[in-house]
Order: sequence, then C-alpha cells, then structure tokens
Amino acid sequence: MIGESAAHDSAHKHVNGEAQYVDDLAALYQPLYVAIGGSAIACGEITSIDLDAVRAAEGVVDVVTVADIPGHSDIGPVFPGDPLLVERIIEFHSQAVFAVLARSQQQARAAVTLAKIEYREDEPVLDIGTAMERESYVRPPYKIARGEVQTALDSAAVRLDSKFSVGGQEHFYLEGQVALAVPGEDGSVTLHSSNQNPTEAQKLVADVLALPMNAVVVETRRMGGGFGGKETQASACCCLAALFAIRNRKAVICRLSRADDMRMTGKRHGFLNRYEAGCDEQGRLTGVRYVLAGQCGNSPDLSDAIVDRAMLHCDNAYYIPAIEVTGLRCKTNTVSNTAFRGFGGPQGLIAAEALMDEIAFKLKQDPLDVRMQNFYTAGGRDVTPYRQTVETATMPIIVEQLEAGSDYRQRRADIRRFNETSTYKKRGIAFTPVKFGISFTAIHLNQAGAIVHLYTDGSVHLNHGGTEMGQGLFIKVAQIVAAELGVSVDAVRVSATRTDKVPNTSPTAASSGTDLNGMAALAACKVLKQRLAAHASGVFGCDVDALAFDTDGVRAGQHAMSWPELANSAWMARVSLSANGYYKTPDIHFDREAGSGRPFYYFANGAAVSEVLLDTLTGECSVVRADIVHDVGQSINPAVDIGQIEGGYIQGLGWLTTEELVWDARGRLLSDGPATYKIPAIGDTPPVFNVQLLENSPNAEATVFRSKAVGEPPLMLATSAWCAIRDAIAAVDNYQTFPRLNAPATAEEILRCIDDLRGI
Amino acid sequence: MNHAQQVDIELIVNHEKINCRVPVRVNLVDFLRNELGLTGSHVGCEQGVCGACTVEVDGTMVRGCLMLAAQADGSTVNTIEGFAESGRAGHLQQAFATHNALQCGFCTPGMLASALEYLEQGGVADRAAIRQHISGNYCRCTGYQAIVDAIEEVAGQTETTDGQ
Ligand code: FES
Ligand code: FES
Repeated sequence: MIGESAAHDSAHKHVNGEAQYVDDLAALYQPLYVAIGGSAIACGEITSIDLDAVRAAEGVVDVVTVADIPGHSDIGPVFPGDPLLVERIIEFHSQAVFAVLARSQQQARAAVTLAKIEYREDEPVLDIGTAMERESYVRPPYKIARGEVQTALDSAAVRLDSKFSVGGQEHFYLEGQVALAVPGEDGSVTLHSSNQNPTEAQKLVADVLALPMNAVVVETRRMGGGFGGKETQASACCCLAALFAIRNRKAVICRLSRADDMRMTGKRHGFLNRYEAGCDEQGRLTGVRYVLAGQCGNSPDLSDAIVDRAMLHCDNAYYIPAIEVTGLRCKTNTVSNTAFRGFGGPQGLIAAEALMDEIAFKLKQDPLDVRMQNFYTAGGRDVTPYRQTVETATMPIIVEQLEAGSDYRQRRADIRRFNETSTYKKRGIAFTPVKFGISFTAIHLNQAGAIVHLYTDGSVHLNHGGTEMGQGLFIKVAQIVAAELGVSVDAVRVSATRTDKVPNTSPTAASSGTDLNGMAALAACKVLKQRLAAHASGVFGCDVDALAFDTDGVRAGQHAMSWPELANSAWMARVSLSANGYYKTPDIHFDREAGSGRPFYYFANGAAVSEVLLDTLTGECSVVRADIVHDVGQSINPAVDIGQIEGGYIQGLGWLTTEELVWDARGRLLSDGPATYKIPAIGDTPPVFNVQLLENSPNAEATVFRSKAVGEPPLMLATSAWCAIRDAIAAVDNYQTFPRLNAPATAEEILRCIDDLRGI
Repeated sequence: MNHAQQVDIELIVNHEKINCRVPVRVNLVDFLRNELGLTGSHVGCEQGVCGACTVEVDGTMVRGCLMLAAQADGSTVNTIEGFAESGRAGHLQQAFATHNALQCGFCTPGMLASALEYLEQGGVADRAAIRQHISGNYCRCTGYQAIVDAIEEVAGQTETTDGQ
C-alpha cells in the first residue's frame, strides 16, 4: 500500500547473499547436463524402480522422478495426458520415467542406462485399425456434414469407395530439442529455449514448479528448425531443465540426443483415410463421405485441432455438394503426435487428391480436367462444407499459368508415348492444387503484440511475440516496421522473443507469424509515427499532412530533420518514443458444434506439376522436374517466400516418398536416427525445379501489406509427386487398374503396388 | 573404459596453437565447442549423417562427430570461425546470404565447409557436380535450391577470374 514502509525489494536477498551481481553470473553459466530415462516397454506399468546405481554413477549430481515435482506433473498443452515423468502407467515406449543431472553430457547419458526398472507389460495398440476397432480415442469423434450424402451416393452415375494410409513424419529439425535454465533470484528461473511457444513453456514451467508465471522468463532467439515440432514438444526440456536448475541452483542444459528426440517427442499424425464418393459422368462430384482417422499416439496434445484441420481440408479446392466428414482421434501406444507444418491439413487434402485421380482414372479423363470440373466457382459453387465462402478468382489464374508454364498437356502426352515403349522404366506426371485456410482454428490464438522503441540516435528496437525458426519472420517484420516508419531496414534491430517483453503470446504456428506479428508491429509504428508527426509539425510550424518521412528523416518544404535529430528533438520535448501494438484477426468465427462459420481469414493457393521417373524393377523413383506457381499475395520478401515454397515442397516430398516411421511389434521405434529414417538429401530433389510467385495478386483481405501466409501451404504442393508416382505405376498394366498406393511411396510400397497390379 | 581417462593433445585450430588435456572419448566437435568455445560447428545428429559438424582436418573436410579430439593430436584444424576470419570463405558467405541459401542456419557452417572444399578442389559452375559434392550435407529447411545457386555463382566467378 502507498505510505507503507515496505522493505527494499532485494533486502532479503542482500542479507543471505543471494542477490546477483554481474560477476556472480559467470559461475552459474557453467552448466550441468540432463539425460532422460525412458520406459523399455510401450504399454503396461512399472512394478519396481531402483535408481541407486544411477545416483552412484560418476558425475551424477541429482536424479528426479515424478515425486520430486513440486507442482503439476502433467504438461498436456490443452488437455491433460502428458506426464512430465510417469508415475506407474506406461503408454508408449521411451516415455520419460526419470531424469538425471550430471557434470557432463556423457556422464548423464551413461548414468541413465544403469536404472533397474521392472514392468508388467501389456499388449500395445500400435495401429489405427486396431484403435478404430476398439473405439479407442484420445478425444471424441467429430462430424461435419452438409446435404443428403446417402441420397447423393445412391443416385450417382459413378461410385467409388477407397481407403489408403498416410504415414506420419519426424520433424528432424537439424537442431534437436534443447533448453538452458538459469536460476534467478527468489526462486525464479530464466530459460533459453529452442521453442515456437515460449508463453506456453513459461506457463508449464510455472505449473511444474508451483511458481507464478511472473517468476519464469522464457527467451527464444532462434531455432535450428521447428516445423511444428517445437510448439508443444519443447516444453518438457524446459520443465526438466528448470526443475534441476532450481533444485541445484545451477545453470542446466537439457538437450536430447537425436535418438531420444526421435523416440520421445511427437511427430506428424499418420492417417487412415476412406472416401465413399459419387460423381456424374463428367466427373463432377455429387457427394462424398469421408472417414479420416488420425493416429494421435497416447494423449490428446493438439490432436483435436489437428484432426479438425484435416477435416477442414478434405475438400481442398473442390466443391462437394453433399458431404459428410468424420474425424477420428485414434489412441495408440506410440508417442503423442503433434503439430507438423500443415497441422493435419496435408493428410486431409491428400484424400481429395486421391479421389480426383481415381475419378479421372475411372472416366479415362485427364486428371487435370476432372480437377478443373470440380473447382470452387463463383455463383453457388463457392461454399465449403463448413459454410465459408471461398474467394474463387485466384485458382484459375494459377492453373492457367502453371498449365502453360509447365507444358503439362504436351508432357503428359509425351510420357504416355514413352511408357508404351519403355518396359522397365515408367514415367508419370500430375498436377495438383492447394487451397489452405489461414488462421488458427482456435480463434483466441489469433492475436499478437509488439513493441517498438525509437532511440535518440535514430535507431529502432523491435520486439514481438513471434519466434524465428528460420522462416524469415524477423526480417519480414523488420521490413514492415522500416516501411511504416520510413527508416532503413538496417536501422531496425529485432531482439529475441521473451515472455517478459511481449506477454501472453500465441505460438508461432499456423503460418500466421507475419500476419499477426507484422500487424501488431505495424500498429505500434502507427502510434509512434503519429507522435513524431505531431512533434515535427510543431517544430516546423506546418500541417501534419505536409510532412514526408523517409530514410533521411522527416521533411516539410525547406524544413528537415534527420532521424537522430527528430528522435532527439522529440525526446527533449518529452514525447514518448516507445509504443505497443496489438492485433487480432477480424471477422473470424467458428461454431464447432454446428460445424459452421468462417474459421479462416482467407485461403492461400498454389499448384504444382511433378514428373517422376520410376524403375519398376527396384521401385526406385525420382522427381525429375517440378513446376510451381504459388500465391503469397503481395510478397513482403520474395526471396524468403520462394525459400519457404522450395523448402516446403521438398519437406512434403520427403513425407510422401522416403520418410517412413517404423515400429517393431513391441512398439519400439526402429527408425530412430538418420541412418534408418531418410529425409531428402539434395540428390532426392528435382534437378529441374521452377518456382514462381503469382504476380499481381494482393490479398483481397486487409492483411499486412496485402501479403499472404506462406509457411505451411507449399508443403502440400508435393502431393503432385505422390500422384505422379501413382500415374507412373499405372503404366505398368497399361492403365487398366487404379493403383492402391499408400503414402509414403517408398521403394517397397511402390513394389508392393506393382505386384498388386500384376496380381502377384 | 574409464570416462575420466585423459590424454594430452597439441593441435593448431584456426591458426592458433592449442595444448590441452582431453577425455579420451570426447569427439572433436564437442571439444571444439565446449573446450575452445568454437560453437559455429553444430551437432545435428551425432551419428555422422547430417554434416552439420563438418570441419577441416589437415586439408580434408571431416565429420567432427565421428572423430575423437584425441585423434586430432598433431593436426591442423579449421572451423567456420577460421574460414570466416581468414577470408577464405568470403565469397561463399556473401553468396549464401544474397541467395537466401539458409533459413534456420543450423546446417550452414557444415554446408559452407563442403562448398568450400568443392571450390578449392577446382569445382566449376556445374549444378550436377555441385549437387554431387554436397550430397552428404542435410538441410531440412531450404530444399537446397538456393544453396546450389550460391555455390554455382561463386564457382562461376572463380572460373572467370581464372580465365583472365
Ligand atoms: S552431427 Fe556430425 S554428421 Fe550430424
Ligand atoms: S537452413 Fe535449416 S537446416 Fe539448412
């Protein structure tokens, strides 16, 4: 209270030697190292646990189990189900049971192997099919429907009913999960974390340690790749590092080995997709019933929203008059799957593309024509199953440009001719579009904050809630700030994302980084600029409208001030040179119960043509050429955007071709390293790769400088490669049978498919 | 084996003579990072596959995670910090930046090392040859196209200079 003689803020620390001076910090930065002990079974319970040998091991400083957690032990981000350390019940192989702190990384990892844990093992559920049979779900099934699907199917001229599986995907960010915790005063802790979601880590660390959120700071300067894998999965390292740091008053690093990272952290959801569909003789859909079943692993994590997004993308760019989509969240005894670039969207979208191919195959049409027949078009055929109206002007332009630029029709004809005479090598080509909804489907996450300071030398400091994982967010927002203020980009410095600078932030996810944080920064700049303009107009004795800002400073007629002069003059006149900005996406809403609303502010569009060459004897297949036209609205930074498109396509290509997750019968991940899990190397990328941004296509919605989000959508362009592989396989029996291809289309899967066609 | 067993080594790192006592089982990249503070070389997979830890030992590019620090006794080692300081990789660094040949940047030091090796061995502006040479370095972000563009550009410049 005011008037109360409250003690000096640090009094209690000065009297016990706890107050930290700069020279004291150095000692803290000599870190200790964490290793995590995981379960040796996938399903069952722990019957006894003996960690004496671990404690006695060389270099070991501390060992913790769930009993040592002072606060909550469940770090589930939305729903419970993710114990930081398990108590008794084991739900997946390598689930964390205890953790060790040692003087070196090697010592910590060596000590972990000395644990003696006994289990009672149950039969694990490892696949979607079994989970479906048992109706074992992490969250209830959910349905979106429009129209009379059964009637549409019954009266359809052509009917199809197919099933295929889509594999999961390991993020394989080159920098694995890592957090450094530094203990502070009064039981507080600061974390340096490779993390897409510092605010959530802050909250969970506070929960685990029974601290208020204001005692925890999480800072993220950059990540060595994220891709969704550090949205919720970065929290565990933060919590363990913080727990040890507080217990031992030492800086602590928790960095997972690559194998532990692959076994202990979640991945992209695998799906089992089924469609029953009907169309007319031209191939135009009349009705579709989808069942999209996602493998969620042992807990909900973000699976509700991920399966929802799959459901919201199984239309892709096509109008489906009558539709019913059921999304299943299957529970398996595997690590809990999580966000991965596209967030379920790719797994839903690929179902629509498989369907288009099958219709074309049945009707013996060019698949591109079938796709074009089914595109959303204005005037009655432009409303999604969830009742959002689609902007229909962009896709036809993209298709036209890509069709011409890639010479699709001619090449398709050439390929058919080649296949007639080539016995063992077959070629295939496919053209697939992408329409991807932009916004978090959890509406409350569509908000952001930023701060902009102008210093008296004219330099600008920018901070916002978005994190930099390589996608170029920091430079894009800096460009936005520079453009709005009129300073050069070099004058703007972006600092690390910190929970004590901009609080209560959303994860950097859903491709929304620039849309949200760019707008927040823009808002801050507007406030600041208004103050500066008012000041300058007073100094110059002119109208605000007469002022012109640019990199040299501000001018009006013969009056001029450089940026340092302006900043200094405003400061002398006691004008605040620091501003906050805030933004929330307008006009979005979704009634999940009714399955209806406008969950997306807008859609990002693109299309790709991929051509593959297949060796039918070995199953080896390579993409020989890819052409892409992609819509990023008005690009803020074309080089960065093209980088996202190229990188996204290649990452999608890996997902659909070489990256295969394999578990043994007991639920142990066998593909737990780069030697057994194959991400694309440069040799796996198409030697001819043409990427174009769609020109003159400002976003119809009022986004930041009319740009469009670009992080996730390009990943789905790689669907064209998967479809092209099927096209090549179909040549094996001269296009008589539709190949039942699953994803990933590994060499083994391709050979299986070919054997299938040959009736072997 | 006793973890604590140590060995004395002497080597030249980035033109500086180093005398050090290291645990026999510490690998070269951990030694460079933790003992010498040369954190530019990264640890991506620890299994010799990704190439993020690529450094130069006696003129050859090696995986720092597959070599023990003890094995580098008597060697000359150069890391990304050394390449940068000596100006050896100046053109490449510039080209990587202008071509946006990096996103998260975690692969970049290793990728640059491989690219440098290509150029210093007389590699020309031939995309197929460049692809072949850097095929052992993973990049999860860029899709590699911009990386090839950058190397191709520098190789092209070198060719022209050589021709003059
Ligand atoms: S860390 Fe050495 S090759 Fe990956
Ligand atoms: S830039 Fe991220 S791994 Fe290459």
